[in-house]
Amino acid sequence: MNDGPGIKARSRILARLRAAPQPPLSDRPPPGAADWTPPVHGPTRLARFRAMLEASRAEVHEVTAADWPARLRELLTDRGVARLLYAPNSEIGRRLAAAWSAAGPDAGGPALVAYDRPVEEMKPVLVDGVDAALTGSRGGIAHTGSVVLWPTAEEPRLMSLLPPLHVALVEEAALADSLSHAIAAWGWPRGMPANALLISGPSRTADIEQTLAYGVHGPKALIVLVIVQ
Amino acid sequence: MTPETRTATGTPRAAFTGKAPAALNDPRLRANFRRAMDGLMAKRAAQFADPAEWAALRARGTEARARALAKLPELLERLERRCTENGIVVHWAETPAEANAIVLGILQAAGARRVIKGKSMVTEEIHLNAHLEAHGITTVESDLGEYIIQLAGEAPSHIVMPCIHKNKAEIAALFAARIPGQGYTETVDELTAAARRTLRGEFARADAGISGVNFAVAETGTLVLIENEGNGRLSTTLPPLHIAVTGIEKALENLEDVPPLLSLLTRSATGQPITTYVNMISGPRRPGEKDGPHAVHLVLLDNGRSRIYGDPELRDTLRCIRCAACMNHCPVYTRVGGHTYTFTYPGPIGKILTPQIEGLDCAGDQPHASSLCGACAEVCPVQIPIPELLVRLRGEAVHPGPAAVAVKGGGSGYTLFESLGWRCSTLVFTSPRLYRTVGRLAGWFGTLMPGWLPPLNRWTRFRSKPRFARHSLHQLARKGGYDHE
Repeated sequence: MNDGPGIKARSRILARLRAAPQPPLSDRPPPGAADWTPPVHGPTRLARFRAMLEASRAEVHEVTAADWPARLRELLTDRGVARLLYAPNSEIGRRLAAAWSAAGPDAGGPALVAYDRPVEEMKPVLVDGVDAALTGSRGGIAHTGSVVLWPTAEEPRLMSLLPPLHVALVEEAALADSLSHAIAAWGWPRGMPANALLISGPSRTADIEQTLAYGVHGPKALIVLVIVQ
Repeated sequence: MTPETRTATGTPRAAFTGKAPAALNDPRLRANFRRAMDGLMAKRAAQFADPAEWAALRARGTEARARALAKLPELLERLERRCTENGIVVHWAETPAEANAIVLGILQAAGARRVIKGKSMVTEEIHLNAHLEAHGITTVESDLGEYIIQLAGEAPSHIVMPCIHKNKAEIAALFAARIPGQGYTETVDELTAAARRTLRGEFARADAGISGVNFAVAETGTLVLIENEGNGRLSTTLPPLHIAVTGIEKALENLEDVPPLLSLLTRSATGQPITTYVNMISGPRRPGEKDGPHAVHLVLLDNGRSRIYGDPELRDTLRCIRCAACMNHCPVYTRVGGHTYTFTYPGPIGKILTPQIEGLDCAGDQPHASSLCGACAEVCPVQIPIPELLVRLRGEAVHPGPAAVAVKGGGSGYTLFESLGWRCSTLVFTSPRLYRTVGRLAGWFGTLMPGWLPPLNRWTRFRSKPRFARHSLHQLARKGGYDHE
């Protein structure tokens, strides 16, 4: 994959690294390292997830598999959201569209905008033409209050990034105690998507005098709907 | 140290020593840093309130970094293989010039004219922006702090919070002057909104995005990028081309090494349990996907790192995960600020890294800019023994080790005068008779020595001249009836 000079650089760098004296590395971890175990939350998993997200200024609501479209409509109507970006070919997207059409045009709530073409054709809509987006998730991480996204062909990456409000659906059953647990339990080393994400609140910055400001580049607000069992 | 001479690259030698007095006499700069460092120290302390948890996590993180370095050549090859399988094109660069040429080549081949950048210290290290601008490619920094200093035409003064040296009045004035249609406001929310407005357009127009890398996982060929703003995600997702630049030392063996290091990094850096976004990139847009870059490139930069690697003691420098806790806790950094260090990496980590990358001949004063108080080593999440390495580099500056591992510019701090001085004092302090004689002579004649005489004038410039006692402590003790034991 390299051009000529790159190959030379590669072999010279690796040769220098290989020539370096190697202090013996013990097979066992050094004292203390084995004492670390990833944090565990067990029965307080959902409470922890919620508390950590709320501490990062995200909103968390408990919903059911049956009522989430209606709850979502209420939340978005309250916030005055007029256009909601959604993924028409994902399972969640189909549920959403079905619920919206069942309720009829007089039910209120935002109009649905489908992310159904490549970004090159959708840019103006994505950058400036929607107020919110709804995505699903791979799950959540209780310890840090993180939503795990594995964007797919059906549910693209920019949905959780460009609109000013991001709403994510998380199944309570897919909450892991920690990132370590998630990596092991979900078999990440066996295959990663092109892009995986942990999202732990709305976009924020403290670059000006360590004063927190929200929505500097990404969403100004994050709403997490947890589908409880 | 010879003042006012320049190295081959035009950097003044002993730049730190030259700049420090001005920084110390700037009350606004001192206040900006003091306030920021106090805040960051308090936030970090709150995160590591449980000493047992801190010790275990730190041991685990140190182990992961040490293991990655021990296997570095093998891991880099595995990383290259996995990335290539994932569709990421891997490039190797020995020098900043090579890295800059590679990035420029990729951009030119793609016909890219406008580049949006996520925050990356390694691209600061190689002065990538200047190189691209010189070849007609517009580069816009998108991290709010980086954007501010780019507008001001300055360099970062902190590796995590690049514009920490500026207060909001300075930023308000800068925005009013440089952003069209922007009035003067000190409201942080309005300043942030102005940056969002301006940069949204830049993201949409950019032909390519350039970012750094926090961890490069060899096991899966994954580039981990952490950030709070979302600009890193935008830079690596919206434009059709993404180029990541990283030092070769950033490799990790396994994905399971990421969680403990991530926890150490964000809690040490800003006192956050995790950053808002943790972005794991394992390849370009896949068939059928609607967004993400069509091409992803990874540039692996050496720039002296393999030389540092050759010395088993100095190699610990490469464990660094760039959390900046060492500078946040450094009494010297807090008082002089980041720009005094001249080069890209300031503070304690810079004081050991810069002389090794740039050479002791142009940054040899940096290892001396320390009281060796040890605060940096105490907070370092990967246990880099910074004070020991500072002492080692001080030694290398005058008595370089064997040529094969010698630090760049080793021996450049040697002066005959100083060497003779130390030899004399060794003689005096190892011979009781000579010691007594010199002590007596100092008691008789020391007070007569004029204050302007070098090297005494270094002391008397700021302090009154000491008066030598007529009788030494030894003599007084003996007179008082105390004997040897």
